[in-house]
Amino acid sequence: MRHIISILMENEAGALSRVAGLFSARGYNIESLTVAPTEDPSLSRMTLVTRGTDEIIEQITKQLNKLVDVVKLMDMTDGPHIEREMMLTKVRAEGDGREELKRVSDIFRGRIIDVTDKTYTIELTGAGDKLDAFLQVLDRALIIEVVRSGVSGIARGERALKL
Amino acid sequence: MELTGADIFVHSLQDEGVEIIFGYPGGAVLHIYDALYRQDKIQHILTRHEQGATHAADGYARSTGKPGVVIVTSGPGATNAVTGIATAYMDSIPMVVFTGQVPTHLIGNDAFQEADNIGITRPCVKHNFLVKDVRDLAETIKKAFYVATTGRPGPVVVDIPKDITAEKTEYSYPDKVSMRSYNPVHVGHAGQIKRAVKLMLAAKRPMIYTGGGVILGNAAGSLTELAQLLGHPVTNTLMGLGAYPATERQFVGMLGMHGTYEANMAMHHCDVLIAIGARFDDRVTGNIEKFCPHAKIVHVDIDPSSISKNVKVDVPIVGCVDNVLKAMIKLIKGSKQRPDGAALKDWWQQIEDWRSKDCLKYDHTSELIKPQYVLESLYKATDGNAFVTSDVGQHQMWAAQFYKFDKPRRWINSGGLGTMGFGLPAAMGVQLAYRDETVVCVTGEGSIQMCIQELSTCKQYALPLKIVNLNNGYLGMVRQWQEFFYQGRYAMSYMESLPDFVKLAESYGHVGMKIEKPGDVESALEEAMAMKDRLVFMDFITDPAENVYPMIPAGGGQNEMILI
Repeated sequence: MRHIISILMENEAGALSRVAGLFSARGYNIESLTVAPTEDPSLSRMTLVTRGTDEIIEQITKQLNKLVDVVKLMDMTDGPHIEREMMLTKVRAEGDGREELKRVSDIFRGRIIDVTDKTYTIELTGAGDKLDAFLQVLDRALIIEVVRSGVSGIARGERALKL
Repeated sequence: MELTGADIFVHSLQDEGVEIIFGYPGGAVLHIYDALYRQDKIQHILTRHEQGATHAADGYARSTGKPGVVIVTSGPGATNAVTGIATAYMDSIPMVVFTGQVPTHLIGNDAFQEADNIGITRPCVKHNFLVKDVRDLAETIKKAFYVATTGRPGPVVVDIPKDITAEKTEYSYPDKVSMRSYNPVHVGHAGQIKRAVKLMLAAKRPMIYTGGGVILGNAAGSLTELAQLLGHPVTNTLMGLGAYPATERQFVGMLGMHGTYEANMAMHHCDVLIAIGARFDDRVTGNIEKFCPHAKIVHVDIDPSSISKNVKVDVPIVGCVDNVLKAMIKLIKGSKQRPDGAALKDWWQQIEDWRSKDCLKYDHTSELIKPQYVLESLYKATDGNAFVTSDVGQHQMWAAQFYKFDKPRRWINSGGLGTMGFGLPAAMGVQLAYRDETVVCVTGEGSIQMCIQELSTCKQYALPLKIVNLNNGYLGMVRQWQEFFYQGRYAMSYMESLPDFVKLAESYGHVGMKIEKPGDVESALEEAMAMKDRLVFMDFITDPAENVYPMIPAGGGQNEMILI
């Protein structure tokens, strides 16, 4: 099953490589990984998407907790949570196609953030499957480049990952 | 007072209580060596190779329980130390390894003798630190010792750029250090301990299986008390030997691939398995699908990630082994329930039946020296009281099978990583900690050559080790597998052109002996043991075709042993 694990870790050089190294050394897979400092600059927050059986996920969380730089972690998928990913898509937008692209972007609540006479750059935020759906309706030949941020997640309600 | 980083380094170690460090100098650590030269509280042991330094510190740590301390230079100094660090990591040995690093402004420039020590050691340390400011040095050293010695112990690397050792700052060594991200658990969950005790008291075919954690956690006394209170059979892993007295009746021998028949059969048939400070290693479990099919499993370990890693357990207990065992003893003593005497009697009868197979028997009539006979004779010649280190291979298994360890921290071997070359330098570390004790290195002609240069260190520091070289001319364990599983195609397991070990030992200034007949084994050992102040290298020419039995073949269950 797919799990979103959020990790608070010491904002030290090398902390990211400890997590990445753990995953490769133990053969766990990483679907996506994002990391940035939090409002407390001594802490980084990492969001990691992985897949595995319950046993593997249990091992992953134990092994992550064992890393000395990891302060605290939470498996978002244990409870109700919100998942968001941002995607920037640059598409060829010429002639009659320009209108159609604008409409599709609106349907998905995308925002066109850069325009030239030949291209649009569309910013889209949502859960991963929404972004996938958007890409599917676009004509592949029109896509110039796609940049995805990787998943961020936060628990709903009172549940929170904080010190 | 302001001190240089190098002096802060030395003062910090002194304030930490370090008495001995193992190392090898080089460009990046010259300031530190100069500071070591100007003091006399800490003894520095100069090995002949950085691998030797790490194994020696490791042997010191395993035999004393104190952290082993190593200092090596940057680049090749650090990379040579990696095998020793990985060895300590796999067996959870507390060690602090200081590596020199090129000056801060050169890091990343492919400078002379530069290596990414933090990156290279990351997968084989408990934690590592790069010191980027001399003001952090003392606190980082304190943290390194704290992390290395608490929780599940392990090696910690501190990488120190050369410029940091020259810069000055105020020195003060913290008494205590706390880290918000590192809080090892000490006390086990009371409810879980209660559940475990209930299972243990109700067991009809119980089995206590203990590993290196009992030794590392100084819990041998509690284990013995608990086992005797319950009357349950006890088996130890390779790393756990000595945690329960091997000459005691309740001890059924080592378990696993080359464990005893009775230990493995009892594991297979038990109804309650009490695993303590052990990690269900593949060499112990055999085929995991067939492991302990009838048992409810209790697992006590300080490391949560060890629990249910390989085998799903019914009652997990995270905590210091000694604390948990003491809590169990208290509960049992306070309980009205007693172990099921009648069931235990039947169970012991069954175990004695298995024991009567005498699975460690070997040919006593051979004209060739049987390696098992050397080990049995060694046990007698040392009254079972020696510290015994080993390398890796057949000799290691025979030592584990035939030398009966009654005390913890006497059996020193590389169980997890299986590092050939470990035995001799580890023995040096033990001998330096226990100057008046008998320290024996059981090895083979393959392993000993991997760190043979340390014979020179032994001369420099007058270490009277007794080296028992079981010389069968083959990489014996490789040969054994090739005989069993590769139809006798002995690819690269035979060594031609072996040195004359007697002359080799003599050239290093030691005593060499060559023993070729079974009749000479005992007298040679006695003669060697009598030379209290000399290193004696005993080269036993043993039966080249001897194999280690019994054996669980790969993929087999614990009840599928090959007996001789």
